[in-house]
Amino acid sequence: MTVTETSQLHTAIEPYIPLGRSGLLPALHAAQKIYGWVSEPVATEIAKALRVPLADVHGVIEFYSLFYNEPTSTHVIRVCTDVACALKGGEGILNHLCSHHGLKPGQTTEDLSLTIEASPCLGLCEHAPVALVDDQAETNIDLEKDTYELGRPPSHVYGTIRLLTANCGNGTTSLPKYGDYAAFKKALGMKPEEIVNEVKASGLVGRGGAAFPAGIKWEGAAKAEADQKYVVCNADESEPGTFKDRVLLIDDPHRTIEGMLIAGYAIGASKGYIYIRAEYPYIFPVLENALKESREAGLLGENILGAGFSFDIEVRVGAGAYICGEETALFESIEGKRGFPRIKPPFPTTHGVFGKPTVINNVETLCNVPLIVSQGSAEYRKIGTEKSPGPKLFCVSGDVERTGVYEIPFGVTLRELLEMAGGVKSGKGLKSILFGGAAGAFATSEHLDVKMTFEDLRAAGLPLGSGVVMVFDETRDMRQVLKSLGHFFAHESCGKCYPCQMGTQRQKEILDRVAKGKILPEDFNRLQDVGWTMTDASLCGLGQTAASAVLSAMKLWPEIFVEGQMSQVDGQ
Amino acid sequence: MTVTFQMDGKEITVEDGMTLLEAAREQGIDIPTICFHEATKANGLCRICVVEVEGWRLLQPACIVKAAAEMKVQTRSEKVVRARRTILEMLASTMDLSDAPEILTMMDEYGAGADRFPDAERRESEVKDDNPMYIRDYSKCLLCWRCVQVCAEDAQYTYAINFEGRGYETQIGTFFDKSIPETTCVLCGQCVGVCPTGALKPKRQFLLESGMKPEEISVLNTGRKRRKEKTNR
Repeated sequence: MTVTETSQLHTAIEPYIPLGRSGLLPALHAAQKIYGWVSEPVATEIAKALRVPLADVHGVIEFYSLFYNEPTSTHVIRVCTDVACALKGGEGILNHLCSHHGLKPGQTTEDLSLTIEASPCLGLCEHAPVALVDDQAETNIDLEKDTYELGRPPSHVYGTIRLLTANCGNGTTSLPKYGDYAAFKKALGMKPEEIVNEVKASGLVGRGGAAFPAGIKWEGAAKAEADQKYVVCNADESEPGTFKDRVLLIDDPHRTIEGMLIAGYAIGASKGYIYIRAEYPYIFPVLENALKESREAGLLGENILGAGFSFDIEVRVGAGAYICGEETALFESIEGKRGFPRIKPPFPTTHGVFGKPTVINNVETLCNVPLIVSQGSAEYRKIGTEKSPGPKLFCVSGDVERTGVYEIPFGVTLRELLEMAGGVKSGKGLKSILFGGAAGAFATSEHLDVKMTFEDLRAAGLPLGSGVVMVFDETRDMRQVLKSLGHFFAHESCGKCYPCQMGTQRQKEILDRVAKGKILPEDFNRLQDVGWTMTDASLCGLGQTAASAVLSAMKLWPEIFVEGQMSQVDGQ
Repeated sequence: MTVTFQMDGKEITVEDGMTLLEAAREQGIDIPTICFHEATKANGLCRICVVEVEGWRLLQPACIVKAAAEMKVQTRSEKVVRARRTILEMLASTMDLSDAPEILTMMDEYGAGADRFPDAERRESEVKDDNPMYIRDYSKCLLCWRCVQVCAEDAQYTYAINFEGRGYETQIGTFFDKSIPETTCVLCGQCVGVCPTGALKPKRQFLLESGMKPEEISVLNTGRKRRKEKTNR
């Protein structure tokens, strides 16, 4: 490196040096902003500045898909080839783009002017097929008409209620428009334990996929003794088919910030993190600006509103790893490490980020908090059903007339939701619905009258997950969908525990054979053993659900996994 | 303090704080392990030690979970055996187990077929022979993490090695694939000592196994020989 280059790098990473190891991901991002990739000398400088062992820096670069240690352009096009985009020709777009530039997926031009790569789900499924061009979303790409939209992705918000999405659909809501955090001000007049009790009484459960009661988490962290506690907002929305948190954050960032403030006050935390996936770059400036507005209004910082409560929020950006949506892997990532999930217990409420008591909630979960505090848990419980209170966002994508985020109370049936979305596109019949996400399960027309509540869905064997409703019409070949899921999990397994590390690979290989129609004898049993082993024995939620959709497909369509029965399927 | 619980239908009492694995070993109940090693922090990676605990949805790693009063543990339930067998079969389809006799014995015991997964992509790599003390043959690596752990906080604080890649593509590696002498490695040999599969092997053993005679090896190892000659004079 030349002297000029070294000094340029040092200026870029300087703000992160005081963070030590925790500054590793931000420093690597800063270096890549300059060079496009992290070369050996650059990695060495960062390691020295942050005092992190060289091998560890390399290990971190190697873990995250969006860190590169080979020449890569600062100008990158990432084409989504995951489930929802695959339905609409994502693969074709990638190939078209590559051949146009004389590249193969993952390659960079010799002059480092452009890199093109395939990407896992970009969280823009309602606008499929999509790509990410540097910091901008490229949506509704149509190769034939040669049209697309570039920039901030539009928000399509529908449904029967507008509580969480009250400010969504019209661009970013500024602080003056959002209001000056009335719920937080009300909370400041309450005792912290009263707030915890309200959240418990509201029946709010996590909306990220695990559906754990939020109030119990808060109570645990509030009771834990420590010199420092944290509130973490999980905005690493990476479950294929999920895009609700993207809409909440870009259109109404203050709702999440207010939810975090209330959580911080309730548990006695002074610091919050918003961990957002790197694939949402167009949201970073929105968040930073919203935080600035709050600080300037005295709603974040020291001794807020003279109430003796101090709290501030830092935004941390992921680097292309689905596993970092798992709470303990997310903590590791904030700490500057490979995103390996930790063994639980101990749980985050006592041993969270930096080993301190932490409340970690999903964006949508936090957005419910101002609502609960402002109107009280009794009023809140009037929404939804007795056992599943509250509003819920669903991410409707695939073959329906109107894709988008739907806000409805718990208890609406799948049929009613599909009708709101205009039914299956072009009047075709329904083949199936991927429900809950890649880690979810397939539903068919038999499930249409299931009420979408935790209790009814559980009885029907459908996980609510992160609220994914991805629709496939009768012409869709489910084998291709399964192949896509198989590739997703094999790509995203962290590699820590054996069942998932090898199981996702073996699952992918068998699903590739299924998609090609080259099934081997015994593949059915093989796939089932792999699936059950991952489900029963994996260390974290990723492995435990990596076979969920596949196993549900094996129950619904056993014939597609059995040798010699392919002709029947092809004839469908 | 002691706790009393059930393992395989037998009521047993052990010291409070004991893991299920320690309790089983004290009772002579066999729970297989692969990644576990007394000298390294248990990470529950291999999941071969999983057991079924009544009322728990998921199988639990015996090397981590502590015995608790009233617990009812099954160390060989159908679910447990299926998971262990499948993990072993996946290992056999992934890596070279020829230097891992304990795992081969386990495969026999659990009826695991070495060719259960035909057409599986194996993890293969060239032998890395870049230093005078040990070779690295990652085709035989089952990612138990022990070498990385002893190189770091579990013993040596040297931090010469870490991980490359992710998921199935994970491999143990050095900073930008540097040769061992170019890293912080101090040739302490602890990684070789804890490797369960011959992926890390003393250079001398490697050369002997590849057919060289002891005298040929000492000719190669010129430094040491010359010193000896001097003393003999």
